[in-house]
Amino acid sequence: MYLETSNVVKQYANHLALNNVSIQVPRATVFGLLGPNGAGKTTLIRIITRITAPDSGEVMIDGRPSKAEDVYKIGYLPEERGLYKKMKVGEQAMYLAQLRGLSKKDAHRELMIWFKRFDIMDWYNRKVEELSKGMQQKVQFISTVIHNPDLLIFDEPFSGFDPVNADIVKREMLRLKDEGKTIILSTHNMESVEELCDNIALIHKSEVVLQGKVFDIRKDHRPDIFRFRLMGNEFDMEHPSFTLLSKEPYHEFIDLRIQKESDISSNELVRLILDRYEVVSYDEELPTMNDVFIRTVTR
Amino acid sequence: MNKLGLVIQREYITRVRKKSFIILTLLMPVLMVTLSLVPLWLSTLNDGSEKNIAVIDNTGIYAPLFKSTEAYQFQVIGEPQQQDPESRLGKDLYAILQITEDLNKDPRAVSLTSQKQAPQELQSMIVRTLNEKVTQQKLDDLSSSGNVDNEAIVQVRSIVEEGARVSLRTLRLDSDGGVSESSTELATIIGMLFTILIYMFILMYGNMVMQAVLEEKKSRIVEVMVSSVKPVNLLIGKVVGIGLVGVTQLVIWGILMGFFFSALSFFIASPGQMDMAAMPAGMGNFDMEGIMNRVMSVNWPEIGFYFILFFIGGYILYASIFAMFASAVDSEEDTGQFMTPVTLIIVFAFLAGFYSVNNPDGPLAFWASLIPFSSPIVMMVRIPFGIPLWEKLLSVVLLYGTFILISILAAKIYRVGILMYGKKPSIKEMIKWVRYK
Repeated sequence: MYLETSNVVKQYANHLALNNVSIQVPRATVFGLLGPNGAGKTTLIRIITRITAPDSGEVMIDGRPSKAEDVYKIGYLPEERGLYKKMKVGEQAMYLAQLRGLSKKDAHRELMIWFKRFDIMDWYNRKVEELSKGMQQKVQFISTVIHNPDLLIFDEPFSGFDPVNADIVKREMLRLKDEGKTIILSTHNMESVEELCDNIALIHKSEVVLQGKVFDIRKDHRPDIFRFRLMGNEFDMEHPSFTLLSKEPYHEFIDLRIQKESDISSNELVRLILDRYEVVSYDEELPTMNDVFIRTVTR
Repeated sequence: MNKLGLVIQREYITRVRKKSFIILTLLMPVLMVTLSLVPLWLSTLNDGSEKNIAVIDNTGIYAPLFKSTEAYQFQVIGEPQQQDPESRLGKDLYAILQITEDLNKDPRAVSLTSQKQAPQELQSMIVRTLNEKVTQQKLDDLSSSGNVDNEAIVQVRSIVEEGARVSLRTLRLDSDGGVSESSTELATIIGMLFTILIYMFILMYGNMVMQAVLEEKKSRIVEVMVSSVKPVNLLIGKVVGIGLVGVTQLVIWGILMGFFFSALSFFIASPGQMDMAAMPAGMGNFDMEGIMNRVMSVNWPEIGFYFILFFIGGYILYASIFAMFASAVDSEEDTGQFMTPVTLIIVFAFLAGFYSVNNPDGPLAFWASLIPFSSPIVMMVRIPFGIPLWEKLLSVVLLYGTFILISILAAKIYRVGILMYGKKPSIKEMIKWVRYK
């Protein structure tokens, strides 16, 4: 584990923001921190980044309790983010990089690398207020990663990006992961969670309600719905162990969606149908993270 | 460089480099000099145009006494012309002085008619001239009555002519027993100057701190910042950085003013270089040397020392308060509720300072110069007048104690406030923030 929080509690004046929150983030993975608005994600991130302190509980980085110097190892792109409007892009990036512990020389060298990578060298002497929102986002992304931190925290990193730039950011995130960085991604965009995350934790009403590998979670939340493609154009079988959800003729085939009851296994279901029809293909529907999210939160 | 240094550097550099700062810093002294010289210049313009005053004297006693001056031309008008002088008023006549009776018998038998309000200067000149003559008349009457010794009358005449000639010299007894010549006018000018400086500085730069905090909050950069800088360092960096901008401005103004005044005194010291006629009356025999002596007799190191002390204390105190409230709201429009009382206190302090000039040891001046929220402004009025050491020390201790307390409080509220968006908090909620971890 690269990062662990154990039983973190944070109480604000009128409400409990985090209640015994424990998450485990393995090294060199992308960890999705999910949850509805106001669930406590930002508070947890602020505790990890040492912006606020927990009332009780602990944050462990690399197996040790986190300490003040650890902020240099963290790159944080907050959801509420901006830049000094009147400053020049290059100056501003230099300033932020130096604040994150880089020397002037190192900061400049790293900046050149990143500005070239994102193809924004022309903007170096432009004022921030002249840039579009997407361009500003790129500068913010750079200033988050410039000091080569081991732990990266992105809160809604894709908002404000067009699909092309969002893709660039995704690619950069995966590249950083391959370099051995640990990434926490907090987002409402569930497609990107499926695409990028290895593990997730779902926080709901100040508590962790779901945590684990993305694939395991999707498997655990299978709705027991199976899709069959059969030869022929008719299906009229009835059985107490399954319900037909839909049927749709497709050329010389017929496509079915079947809800399996829990009294039989999936093998038994397939066998039941194989006995009567010629099965061209079948598979089980895996829930999207979106489904898992909605089901968990509205339960 | 450490983070605090970086923050201070950024706050300082970005502001000092701004065009508006450079322009304001260079133009302000020019503006101030212009503003103080223009009225002086205008008054010389006024003196230049000659005013005609018709004197209609039925008695014939007084008319010859009025000697024309540069500003006023007296014309005695005899009976035949008396028809209608009023119609000439406002054209070639400025005013009509009419004397109908012997003023010795009826002192009210004189009037001055003009279309505009006659200047004080003209009025007092006429009254003085007439008073002198009437006094002479009375003395003449007395001597001609024969009851009084002529010798005595002569002596009385000379006494009246010479006048009393009292001149008040103000001295100040220092606590170490030394006596120094003091000048109330000079102390007033110095006190007001420093008071206005501190007042302006607190308002201008306190507001700048407020804008800076709001800018970070509004542009949403603040959360990016606090993930690498402690909020308290961000706050200190801001207050110190902006304070240094102000100090820079003051130093530049000081140098420019120094240049200006040495140039001015050079001109005044060598009259040949300047057309004295163009100078307003009274300035021609300007006692430059006397003024210089008095200026030199002022205890500048002491005043400078306290100025710096109160300047720093007052600025940090109010800058912390401004930053504290700015951190709690989202935009300028929401600041009013908190800022209005603070601004009122500053304006009150300024007014208290203004009135303390007349009575630097009165209860208003005394208390206002001890209470930390007004002391930086009011104390500077009193110091040039000389006040006991214990008052100065107590005031400084109270001010610094308060500013330390307030800035700790401000740091605690700031730390929470800058990350809060949405609802405008009440004072009660802000007090709760102080206790957050």
